[in-house]
Amino acid sequence: MTTPVISFQDYGFQYMSQAEPTLHHINLDIYPGERVLIAGTSGSGKSTIGNCINGLIPFAYPGKSTGRLLVDGKETQESSIFELSHVVGTVLQDTDGQFIGLTVGEDIAFAPENDCVPQEEMKQLVDQVAGLVDIVHHLEYAPHELSGGQKQRVSLAGVMVEEVKVLLFDEPLANLDPAAGRTTIELIDMVHERTGAAVIIIEHRLEDVLWRRMDRIILMHEGQIIADMPTARLLSGNLLLQHGIREPLYLTALRYAGVEIREALNPEHVDGLQLQQEDKEQVRRWYHSQRVGIRQEQHGQELLQIRDLKFGYTPDTYTLQDVNFTIYKGEMVSIVGRNGAGKSTLAKLICGFEKPVCGTISMEGRDLKGDTIKERAAYIGYVMQNPNQMISKPMIWDEVEMALVQSGMPKEERTRRVEETLKICGLYPFRNWPVSALSFGQKKRVTIASILVQRPQIIILDEPTAGQDYHHYTEIMDFLKELNEKGYTILMITHDMHLMLEYTKRAIVFSDGRMLADNTAAHVLNNPELVQAANLKETSLYTLSLACGIEEPQVFTECFIGYEQKEVR
Amino acid sequence: MAKVAILSYIRRESPVHALTGTTKLIFFLAWSVASMVTYDTRVLLCMLMISAVVFKISRIRIRDISIVLGLAAVFLLLNNLFVYLFAPEYGVELYESRTVLFTIAGPYTVTLQQLFYHLNMTMKVICVVPVALLFIACTDPSEFAASLASIGVSYRIGYSVSLALRYIPDVQREYHNISQAQQARGIDLSGKDKLFTRLKNSVAILLPLILSSLNRIETVSNAMELRGFGKNKKRTWYVKRKMQRNDWLTIGFVAVVLVIDLVVTFWDGSRYFNPFV
Repeated sequence: MTTPVISFQDYGFQYMSQAEPTLHHINLDIYPGERVLIAGTSGSGKSTIGNCINGLIPFAYPGKSTGRLLVDGKETQESSIFELSHVVGTVLQDTDGQFIGLTVGEDIAFAPENDCVPQEEMKQLVDQVAGLVDIVHHLEYAPHELSGGQKQRVSLAGVMVEEVKVLLFDEPLANLDPAAGRTTIELIDMVHERTGAAVIIIEHRLEDVLWRRMDRIILMHEGQIIADMPTARLLSGNLLLQHGIREPLYLTALRYAGVEIREALNPEHVDGLQLQQEDKEQVRRWYHSQRVGIRQEQHGQELLQIRDLKFGYTPDTYTLQDVNFTIYKGEMVSIVGRNGAGKSTLAKLICGFEKPVCGTISMEGRDLKGDTIKERAAYIGYVMQNPNQMISKPMIWDEVEMALVQSGMPKEERTRRVEETLKICGLYPFRNWPVSALSFGQKKRVTIASILVQRPQIIILDEPTAGQDYHHYTEIMDFLKELNEKGYTILMITHDMHLMLEYTKRAIVFSDGRMLADNTAAHVLNNPELVQAANLKETSLYTLSLACGIEEPQVFTECFIGYEQKEVR
Repeated sequence: MAKVAILSYIRRESPVHALTGTTKLIFFLAWSVASMVTYDTRVLLCMLMISAVVFKISRIRIRDISIVLGLAAVFLLLNNLFVYLFAPEYGVELYESRTVLFTIAGPYTVTLQQLFYHLNMTMKVICVVPVALLFIACTDPSEFAASLASIGVSYRIGYSVSLALRYIPDVQREYHNISQAQQARGIDLSGKDKLFTRLKNSVAILLPLILSSLNRIETVSNAMELRGFGKNKKRTWYVKRKMQRNDWLTIGFVAVVLVIDLVVTFWDGSRYFNPFV
């Protein structure tokens, strides 16, 4: 048997700043050329494992370790971060942060530069690696000229240039739209084929990673390894759901229909499913029993109207054009499309951060043209993607009260409003806490509360769940759903297919600054042309329904969501 | 987001652009020394003409750098004004003669010697400014770090400069986004509020910005370490260009200028050229 390239032996680790160990009794061997997925909720210790492998622990984050960790046969304690970087190449989650050079070429050359590789040789090396990941025509580009997927290619090239034995990816999909995520997984697959390096992916978006074969899944929970088994076996059990990881959608659908998930089903990939005749029959029966339950929604009053909107940062090119839609009172709508399709620009126009070239934005029939940002804030609330970019007061109460203080509202009225808002957001028990004591999801609530306190009629959220695991995702989304049920109108910019399907009835699709569709989420995701144009990804439900001989995948998807809302929640 | 570039690299084809960063850095440093040392009007006049020629060759237009030029002019004016206010007779002392042109009030008399001193001082600045601006406008930022390292500055320092250049646009973009979102919460940064309120309000933007920048620094430094930054005493550079014939010619030229400058200036034991005695 070959020797493992990475070997944890009863390993434990405690960060210097923390009272409790983050990792307990880890026993894990990873062999050359393997493909391993490490899954787990945030705080499960999965990123810490990654940091142990690449040497950030203990060299950048000191702490106390027990047991042994061998990387390429060598105790990491006695190695150095530099030595380890020749064995393990790490692609960080934040590709912007990882992009060090001023251009693509320089960035790829960063590691060889530090190794004092002569320039001639270095240029050849860069060309060769850039060719491998297909970025060779962009060597002169600056980071801001690249798309998210392209930056990922550069990051990958930057570590591949070392001829490492292990490629470690820390949440590679977090900031990518669905199609770019899929391409990334394909890219990793290809690099694995060409280099033969072991691939370790740390990610909680299971279904997206499983787009290409993974040999094993390591499931982490509270600093321990709960499961270490072949993908098919793990998917067959209930372990994933129990530990806050979402299983692939098609498997959930099969479970709902009463089909038992077993290894013989080949559950790793929707295209490879080995469904028996009776399984298909079972799914069809379930589908017909659910079908009756679907009903059409009634529209409320018109709230926000966008007519012939056009906008460009420079006079001749338009970032957005021909945008027309109406949002009705009490709706929850998602705005989807690839990175750079104009979604965020639309939000900026609605909030008044930018001025349209032509066209109108009106609320309840009143044109907003003359209103300043501040005036619009009274009826339109905008929540940024990252709560850390919004929170500017140390205490929760002060943060939520801020907008009211600015508007010069009397103290009593303010107190009443803040209390009421905190209660709506479930933050009342924490009202005197410092913001720093909260989790990411709770901080998100604080930012939403700080907007709600102004009593806007419509709230726009930019990527409300980006980078969140299933648990936090559910927490945030259920809260938003609750708000929606209390009558708030919510507009969400997202590229999360699940979110769009499960929580919003309607989706408005953008591509290259134009509106492509305005329809139900299920309809959008079951229309292959739309899916492709907007860089979305058709859901696996679509494939599953076709495989079971159901001819209206869109209705099947609606059944699934209807069932989930009725029976599961 | 509209981009306002006050002073940055301007990509053009010119003999000045074609020189390596190292050459330009050496030229700039030697030129600065030469003009700082001398008060000799003849030398300064020659250097001024050379500066103008170099500027012409670089194909950078005045309006590309008009904002900075304007600022430089204002500082130069202020500088002259204050020198005169505090030492109206300095020129007389230097040139050991006194030719009164007219009197303003009290001790403030305008003498030919003082005017001559101001002329020299101004010429010194005018010699350096175009060369300094050209250094920035014609050197690819990628080459900054490499050229600093090649004259013996530690590559860590050189790389900090280059990283700052890399992240300035990102931080600007983030500042813009945060400030818009905070404005939507009633934070007003326009001139309407009192100064104190405005300062207090700017904290609402700066605090999140600083926190997120600190985060970014952690990521970047991790990313750099993971790719071996700081491993060796030296490193090689992907973007560094080989010295060409023109580079050596330029360095030779500026060396000659510096030598002539020093010889002419100190020939008679004084830094000042004195036409009055």
